[in-house]
Amino acid sequence: MTDFTNRNFSRRTVLGAGVAAVGMLTMPAVLRAQDKSLKVGVYGGYFKKSFDEHIFPEFTKATGIAVESVAEPTGEAWLVQLEQAAKAGQAPADLSMMSQTSTLKGQSTELWQPLDTSKFKHYGDLLDRFVNKYPDGRVAGVGAVAWYITLVTNTDTYKDAPTSWDALWDPANKDKLGLLALASNSFLLEVTAKTFMGGTNALDTDEGLEKAFAKLAEVKPNVRLWYRDEAQFEQALKSGEIPMGQYYHDVTGLAAADGFHVRSTFPKEGGIQDSGNWVLSRASTKVEEAHAFIDYMSQPAIQGLMSRKVGTAPTLKREVLDLKPEEFAAVSSDIEPIIPRYDLYTSKSDWINQKWTELIVG
Amino acid sequence: MRREAPKTITDYTPLFFPGLMLVVFFVVPFSTMIVVSFFKRDPAGFYTPDFVIDNYARFLSVFFGSVLGFSLMLAVMVAICCVAIAFPFTYLLSRCSRRVQTLWLVGLLSVLSLSEVIIGFAWSTLFSRTAGITNLFVAMGLMEGPVALLPSFWAVLTGMVYQALPYTILVLYPALVRLDPTLLEAARTLGASPLRAFFNVVTPALRNTIVATLIMVFVFALGSYLLPQILGRPQHWTLSVLITDQAIYQSNMPFAAAMAVFLVLISLALVGMTLLVGRKENAL
Repeated sequence: MTDFTNRNFSRRTVLGAGVAAVGMLTMPAVLRAQDKSLKVGVYGGYFKKSFDEHIFPEFTKATGIAVESVAEPTGEAWLVQLEQAAKAGQAPADLSMMSQTSTLKGQSTELWQPLDTSKFKHYGDLLDRFVNKYPDGRVAGVGAVAWYITLVTNTDTYKDAPTSWDALWDPANKDKLGLLALASNSFLLEVTAKTFMGGTNALDTDEGLEKAFAKLAEVKPNVRLWYRDEAQFEQALKSGEIPMGQYYHDVTGLAAADGFHVRSTFPKEGGIQDSGNWVLSRASTKVEEAHAFIDYMSQPAIQGLMSRKVGTAPTLKREVLDLKPEEFAAVSSDIEPIIPRYDLYTSKSDWINQKWTELIVG
Repeated sequence: MRREAPKTITDYTPLFFPGLMLVVFFVVPFSTMIVVSFFKRDPAGFYTPDFVIDNYARFLSVFFGSVLGFSLMLAVMVAICCVAIAFPFTYLLSRCSRRVQTLWLVGLLSVLSLSEVIIGFAWSTLFSRTAGITNLFVAMGLMEGPVALLPSFWAVLTGMVYQALPYTILVLYPALVRLDPTLLEAARTLGASPLRAFFNVVTPALRNTIVATLIMVFVFALGSYLLPQILGRPQHWTLSVLITDQAIYQSNMPFAAAMAVFLVLISLALVGMTLLVGRKENAL
């Protein structure tokens, strides 16, 4: 998911930086006008722009807490920065959006302040997978944004939409696929396990992992591009150069709406759902404001607003949401998703990454 | 102009600034990297200060050995291709009129303003099936149907040579312009053809320049990590790509640092060897 922030919005990002710089100059006045404030780290680029435009002003209006948004760099760099700042008693941001793997890594040094869930009115409506807990049950993070990676195709090359992830293994698709280049952002081991091995629990053992790797090796001849940079695949998918692959559901939907001949399909095994949490740095003193923020963000109305304006999948149960069926379909699906085995990328990360690299490079 | 050896400490002051910059921007970061390469990795978190050689031990495998071998081979090939193209080109350029030279140099300098990303994406379009140059060949009746020329080793090599060529020419240019024209005239008077004079007189006279340029392009190409990703298959990924994966995506700084130190040491050794061989041959 790290590259999610790298979407082809670079020019907007540059413009955004200019606007942000002007904003900084006027910021002290804004801060003085508000009694309370909160620094919130969000993925830079598209997310930050959308949040600054649609979400943060509403929050300030509703609660009187001013938000200063901080653009997070990609990868795990932000986690490292937060950790090092916390050691010095500093918090570059109070709350941050944090990937699941990074949330788990932060747990290992108690980087996240446990959250008091009684302060969240809709805590009970959150889907279980959006509550990240310490091993002893304290809550380390609450779902912030979620998105799907699905099976995408060029409609000129594929008249009919594929129905299953097993299309990736079809010999007819030789040299036609674009897949993400890393085990920890493509989640293809989970896809393999769900499609051929009865579920992601098959990855619990080393034998299971070995089997999944062996099955995944069969995909290699079909792969034309292992991408780290999304723009690279998106362009090739639109032009039909690489007509099938895995990609983000929301962005593919936007491209299709713009008239490009692409489609995103939720295979019968489910789309891959990745997500980020709100986590509170242990160096932050804005505990009350942070809880108010998470409480605000977890309301059904705000989750609906985010789905419509930012394109994220809701973190709450569907029945409490006010999304119309087509609005829901634009960001999510009723098919049970494939939830990545984030635990593997902390407990066995080096082993998996080494095997993965040897698999695709060798 | 009279040159005097510096006598007092104040005579050395002009060196302080570059020296300081070298320490701040090279010695300190590189030392930090060496230190980190001996730290202990914690897969569930970050790393802890320690002195372990695990990171180097992990690197010593057939897998990383072959990736390193490929990276070195690729860099050598880029260096040779660049010099083979740039040397005759620059030689001919140095014999053109001033005006033509200026135009070419301005053009070459403007190519330098292109980033690696732009070069990568431009070549990936040029080599694509849907919009690439093979469509032109089809229109000219040379080919049956358009094909994709990437991802392939040749696409990577082309992209990297394209990127390094302007540097190569700009490095060779001063030496070739300053080359004494009487050398060539003498060769011609003695009956050598222009080609023979070029290979037997110009090339040996500029041996050291050529070796220095080869080394520069080699080092330049060794650090490339974007073009192999955009234009090549995973087997064409260089060690730099794997270093980036470790540093940015796996946050395994110690291992990334160890690989980087290894890469620097190997390339320094190769450069040293080249210089040593060159000196021996010169002595003969």
